[in-house]
Amino acid sequence: MSKQIITSEEYVYDVQGLNLWYGSDQALNDINMKINKNEVTAIIGPSGCGKSTFIKTLNRMIENIPIVKTSGEILYHGKNIFDKSVRVEELRTTVGMVFQKPNPFPKSIFENVVYGPKIHGIKDKQVLMEICETSLKSAALWTEVKDRLHDNAYGLSGGQQQRLCIARCLAVQPDVILMDEPTSALDPIATAKIEELINRLKSEYTIAIVTHSMQQAGRISDKTAFFLMGELIEYDGTEIIFSNPRDKRTEDYITGRFG
Amino acid sequence: MEQKTNVRAIIKNNFAKKKRTTDKAMPIFFLVCASVSVITTIGIVLTLFTDAYKFFQKVPFSDFFSTNLAPLSPEPHFGILPLINGTLLTSLIAMAVAVPLGLTAAMYLSEFASDKVRRVLKPMMELLAGVPTIVYGFFAYSFVTPLLMKIIPTLEAKNALSPGIVMGIMILPLVTSLSEDAMKSVPEAMREGAYGLGSTKLEVTLKVVIPAAISGIMASFVLAISRAIGETMIVTIASGSSKNFTFDITQSMQTMTGYIVEFTSGDAGSGTTGYYSLYAVGLMLFLFTLVLNLIAQYISKKFREEY
Repeated sequence: MSKQIITSEEYVYDVQGLNLWYGSDQALNDINMKINKNEVTAIIGPSGCGKSTFIKTLNRMIENIPIVKTSGEILYHGKNIFDKSVRVEELRTTVGMVFQKPNPFPKSIFENVVYGPKIHGIKDKQVLMEICETSLKSAALWTEVKDRLHDNAYGLSGGQQQRLCIARCLAVQPDVILMDEPTSALDPIATAKIEELINRLKSEYTIAIVTHSMQQAGRISDKTAFFLMGELIEYDGTEIIFSNPRDKRTEDYITGRFG
Repeated sequence: MEQKTNVRAIIKNNFAKKKRTTDKAMPIFFLVCASVSVITTIGIVLTLFTDAYKFFQKVPFSDFFSTNLAPLSPEPHFGILPLINGTLLTSLIAMAVAVPLGLTAAMYLSEFASDKVRRVLKPMMELLAGVPTIVYGFFAYSFVTPLLMKIIPTLEAKNALSPGIVMGIMILPLVTSLSEDAMKSVPEAMREGAYGLGSTKLEVTLKVVIPAAISGIMASFVLAISRAIGETMIVTIASGSSKNFTFDITQSMQTMTGYIVEFTSGDAGSGTTGYYSLYAVGLMLFLFTLVLNLIAQYISKKFREEY
């Protein structure tokens, strides 16, 4: 169970006064939030509330959209990620990301998993094989694919592809995994497998997940943040959010009165 | 299973060693490469403008924009209107051939043809695009013109109609394949939307696919007409070199490109007014295609249905 007392070692992210604009439209408004180490933090809210924007800000992926401007600070292990000395590529190796639709490369399963280690200079075949095996095992995919590592990744089912993308992300040994609605394109059985995987991964990784499914947030997360119109309305332990929310808007959303 | 290799430490170490210079320098190199075509264009435009400027120092605008074209007479006149007229007439004839044929062919290939038929038809059609224009010119002069003479007895041996038609055939593959690409890229979901309401295949094609693909289709027309305007060999061979200002397409007339061919093959000595008139005509031709390209861009922006 999540601990309620937060000391400085326990959180990975400390977001302070984050604002974000697309051109002149403000998408995030004064977000303050800490993300705890080795916990699953779910981010919920209606479409367009800024939850995907927020999660993509955590590894600065949002900057791929040229018109985006930000203000405020995001401290990652105490260091502002917007600081000039931060190399964004390096940040993204420690903060991995899994996307809405499985997006494997059109290469073999093996090549997909070792892509990250390879571009970061690991060439030893044996090391790569070892990384491939551990990553696939961590992503609960090894037994299904171990006999066809050199087949094209697109031969896998959607759920397998998504677990492959998780394995690909794990291969560079990240610290945080960001997931942007990772199961929205999957069927319930594949979704259950991913959720089970998330539950196991949190002992080693810190996970932030955007989800449209409140049941999913309830099942897998330790903490839940509710976003609405670019603002963080409420952020607390998942049980509290779902059983006894402080804000009327949170309650309305969770009980399905709007959204 | 415990990871034996500390990948994180290796990556961290490699990042510390990695130099940023390549990442910074390569985009500059790419920019230089991309500039080559831009610089070439600027060079061409500058040449055209400077020599055309020399021409206009000798010949007044009023003479240039007149119908009197007699560059080799003792009292030369350099009216460009007969050439513009010849160019536009032949190009319009070409479009009259290429637009309906190209569009219907594209509709067939994109929406109606079975895979088997398409696999045979498309390469054959694209073969047309590979025929050298001199061959087309010959085809116009020695095959189409005699054929047309049987229908229109008053047709001159050199005329605007025959090269116009043949140019239309020449640009047909361009229109067809660009329009077909535009139609093909209309998402299947849009077709399904219409089928789901009980539309026939023809209705889907005419009322969903074509409106959705209209920007690409229009752009293909404009590109085709700018090819026709710039086309040289066919009109030089089959349309002759009469400097008439006439709308009678059975007569011989000269196009801007035909004029340039005639004078670069020896009639104009370097430094003469006739020589500089080539640049003035070249400049006009350039402006024509430039305007057409701008129109094409405008059309594809304006009529784009977002999907």
